[in-house]
Amino acid sequence: MAHHEVDHVSGVTTTGHEWDGIKELNNPLPRWWLYVFYATIVWSFGYFLVYPSWPTLTGYTKGLLGYSQREAALTAVAEGAAARLQAGQGLADATLETIQGDPKLLEFAMANGKAAFGDNCAPCHGSGATGSKGYPNLQDDDWLWGGSLDAIHQTITVGIRSTHEESRISDMPAFGRDGLLERDQIKAVASYVRSLSGLPVPEGADLATGGTVYAENCASCHGEKGEGMAEMGAPNLADAIWLYGSDEKTVVETITNARRGVMPAWDGRLDPVTVKSLAVYVHALGGGS
Amino acid sequence: MSLFDKHAIFEKNSILLTVGILVVVAIGGLVEIVPLFYLKSTIETVEGIRPYTPLELAGRNIYVREGCYLCHSQMVRPMRDEIERYGHFSLAAESQYDKPFQWGSKRTGPDLARVGGKYSDEWHVAHLIDPRQVVPASIMPGYPFLTSELKADRIADDLKVLQIEGVPYTTEHVENARLDLHAQLNPDGDVEAFLARYPKAVVRDFDGDPSKVTEMDALVAYLQHLGTFVDFKVYDDKANLR
Repeated sequence: MAHHEVDHVSGVTTTGHEWDGIKELNNPLPRWWLYVFYATIVWSFGYFLVYPSWPTLTGYTKGLLGYSQREAALTAVAEGAAARLQAGQGLADATLETIQGDPKLLEFAMANGKAAFGDNCAPCHGSGATGSKGYPNLQDDDWLWGGSLDAIHQTITVGIRSTHEESRISDMPAFGRDGLLERDQIKAVASYVRSLSGLPVPEGADLATGGTVYAENCASCHGEKGEGMAEMGAPNLADAIWLYGSDEKTVVETITNARRGVMPAWDGRLDPVTVKSLAVYVHALGGGS
Repeated sequence: MSLFDKHAIFEKNSILLTVGILVVVAIGGLVEIVPLFYLKSTIETVEGIRPYTPLELAGRNIYVREGCYLCHSQMVRPMRDEIERYGHFSLAAESQYDKPFQWGSKRTGPDLARVGGKYSDEWHVAHLIDPRQVVPASIMPGYPFLTSELKADRIADDLKVLQIEGVPYTTEHVENARLDLHAQLNPDGDVEAFLARYPKAVVRDFDGDPSKVTEMDALVAYLQHLGTFVDFKVYDDKANLR
């Protein structure tokens, strides 16, 4: 198998392969390339020794460094949390009011809250916190479940109609679907509700009936004048802010099928300091009460 | 002729080269894959992992059908930035009944391993129909056709196949698959038997339309369970370092 034919132009031996008179030169791999290749083999033995690598019958070789990726990640997370705690020292123990009164704590809570908001809250409430249909605007001073620091903190912690044990819960009856009110009554009370905030009502609307139906069915939660009730999460019906829309059709739909918006609980998913920061951040957005 | 010159034998004999490659790859495979089958430490011992309910499984089938894995991973890696954004890193135990697993390899969208419970059902429905409706900058395609009726005639067969593959479904699970699929959507119905078979499963109408069983119901049920099985308040990290 020895071919010792030497190509006379390059002075290199050929492999003996020939295609249409073209012959293959038997050039060796570049030396540097070979040495790097050998070095990687040597390196692997060092790696076997230092890092977890080979499986055994009952486990695996742990390596001299005892490196564990999970441990490294958990350490990094703990270090990050410690650094954050240092930067926002006192945030964990401070009450929400203290945080608001202390410029340094406030600055930190706002930055922390903003970051958490972008990742966790923005998908529903919008990156500018202006909300959308079915998801409340957090930039205004209208609050379904209360806009005080504590109320906001509680809402974020337990959520609304969430799977949390202490979740905020209120169930508006589906007056139409469950047959509690007749179609005419719903139409009348829809007009009446619209009239509460000064919206125009169709000619011949039976506001008297609407008012009676309202007083009997709605006032216990939404208030006699439609001023709402934060304890029940019942929205104010006398202002110009409408979560699902104020047109006749939408209001009728709301009364017929009820609205039961859900906000997830963040207790457990976010750490207590982050929840606090979020409460302060959201409170500062548009005018907490 | 030194040992290093022997490569010419392989280079000039294609059959020998093929056999040589096979031997090398087989050694690599034996060392890297086989231990995973017998090592107990491969899968952590964790409380709370159960096989999918028929509804979740139907949702998972839609997830696979629509190729969600092409843009969404289901694997929070053990790195600080991922843990801080998505939550605790994924455990092998959490995807032990995933056949095939949906870890994915590309994140055009966010990781979904812990998306369960992060958003409301209404949000998921609105988002799946038209993502721009709730996330204006999203580039995800809309899936409005998911509001159509769920075709799950063969759900019992799906469970049976997984049973053969080693998922601990019993004959009882398989026989009641169709019933359980509907039971999970009706909190007012008889859910006791269902909950006995699938402890702690969430029972509710997921798409907001109790009048019919849609693909949306199944997919949202699947999404809402993701990453919620393990209670990390009681999970022992120290005992499961790898």
